[in-house]
Amino acid sequence: MTGAAPALAVRGLTKRFGGFVALDGVSLNVPEGSITGLIGPNGAGKSTLFATVAGFLAPEAGTVRLRGADVTGLPPWRLHRIGLARTFQIPRLFARMTVRENLMVAAPGQAGERLPLPWIARARIAREEAALRDRADAVLARLNLAGHAEAPATALSGGQKKLVELGRALMSGARIILLDEPAAGVNRTLLREIAATIASLNREDGITFLVIEHDLDLVAELCDPVHAMAEGRVIASGTMAEVRNDPQVAEAYLGMAIAPAE
Amino acid sequence: MDAALYAATLLTLAAIYAAFSLGLNLQWGLTGLMNFGGLAFVAAGAYTAALLTAAPSGTHVGGFGLPWWLAWPAGALAAALLALPVGAVSLRVRTDYLAIATIGIAEIVRLAVRNEDWLTGGPLGITGIPRPFEGLGQPWGQLAYLGLACAAVAGLYALAEATARSPFGRALRAVRDDEEAAKAVGKNPARLRVQAFVLGAAFMGLGGAMMAAFFKFMSPEALEPVTVTFLVWVMLIAGGSGNNRGAVLGAVAVWAVWAATDWLAAQLPGELATRAAYVRLFLIGLALQLILIARPQGLIGERIGTQR
Repeated sequence: MTGAAPALAVRGLTKRFGGFVALDGVSLNVPEGSITGLIGPNGAGKSTLFATVAGFLAPEAGTVRLRGADVTGLPPWRLHRIGLARTFQIPRLFARMTVRENLMVAAPGQAGERLPLPWIARARIAREEAALRDRADAVLARLNLAGHAEAPATALSGGQKKLVELGRALMSGARIILLDEPAAGVNRTLLREIAATIASLNREDGITFLVIEHDLDLVAELCDPVHAMAEGRVIASGTMAEVRNDPQVAEAYLGMAIAPAE
Repeated sequence: MDAALYAATLLTLAAIYAAFSLGLNLQWGLTGLMNFGGLAFVAAGAYTAALLTAAPSGTHVGGFGLPWWLAWPAGALAAALLALPVGAVSLRVRTDYLAIATIGIAEIVRLAVRNEDWLTGGPLGITGIPRPFEGLGQPWGQLAYLGLACAAVAGLYALAEATARSPFGRALRAVRDDEEAAKAVGKNPARLRVQAFVLGAAFMGLGGAMMAAFFKFMSPEALEPVTVTFLVWVMLIAGGSGNNRGAVLGAVAVWAVWAATDWLAAQLPGELATRAAYVRLFLIGLALQLILIARPQGLIGERIGTQR
């Protein structure tokens, strides 16, 4: 594999729902080691792009390449195993689990999930679980959630749930993480915390991010490059300053001021 | 003496129901699978074990006279083999389809048992099924069988606990709580669901084998949807769905109530006794409604965070 292959390369990706074209030949690159931004008004197809790239929806046309390897059409659990994780716009935590369990369950390749090993190899599974627990606690400490490890996932605030979503993605060991609106509905203090965490994960751990975000100041601060989408297409790519000044982007965002992002 | 025999009978049947209930808990409590056809898997286990252990007969196939300790696992295996295609086909699409598919398979199995005389003896059933420890005479034989049934349920309980508390059980709970999120954390929901469904069916099959040996006779009469499928749902929900101890407790408690109402109904004069049979069904349904309103988690519900 050449070092030049982008972490994620999307080419001509098309997704229709009946007569509605949600993705109309989307092409974009997420460079290795970047925090790439994805902006655009509601209904532009950003979340559909995430779902299609992560294997939750099957595209009608186009390809998705992960570090050069064609992964188009692979189911989400296979993509997770080879290093692509995603979060959800509205956090989807496992309600009847603790915060720690929510993280532990997200580790790939657990021997304890393969019957009959949980019945016959108890010592091995216990060791695996102890190691997983330590990893989960380390991730929780990094997200300032250590005190909530034993709490039921439902007891957390909306912003904390977003952090647990991020924590689950980190537990996968993924090198590429798709974040769907990490700052939406989060208070200012927690927003700063989330932004700092993403930046440090990128800088120190070398994790590549593709981030959907409506908070354009946050995108300007964190992301380079930035892609703007409207009506199922990528209409502009570049630095945030370039994208912001693009007349097509300004046009797509017209009306956003009276219909603010959720 | 009679009281001891009555108690032994009641507890043995409660133990058999506990096997059904533990199986349903793996499917519904842990994985969220709606199996409304428990009868089919109970029947598969019961008839398999009956045919393997019964004496040769002109009215049906088999009569192999094999020992129970071979026939019971075979009964569990037969139920699992029946569950595999049902689950593999319906769970790939949507989980609601499993509810429909299981109702269908239960009716098919019921009709097959009634009509395939060469295999099952039809309405005449299979007689002469040996019950382990019969040779000890009464009441010791019956008490020994109760001991065996309790040991089998203890084994099933241990297996169910080992499953629920394992990373496998955690993955099942993830699929139950949120399928999309489970996919996002690397789980293959269809695969996990089929495994849980087949395992739960094997529990029901073993319970069926225990039931056939206890009755010493197996006929379509023993396979009523109300008493084999529906009552098990009441037991699991009353005891505490998602909790194996709740599944066992619910089986014992609801069976005791069911048996008590049977006895009460028998005390009524002639015509009222006939009607009481229906009132009993109504009362059990009412009790389920009341539990769901007043204590939806059951007597002992699932505890968050007890699985490490």
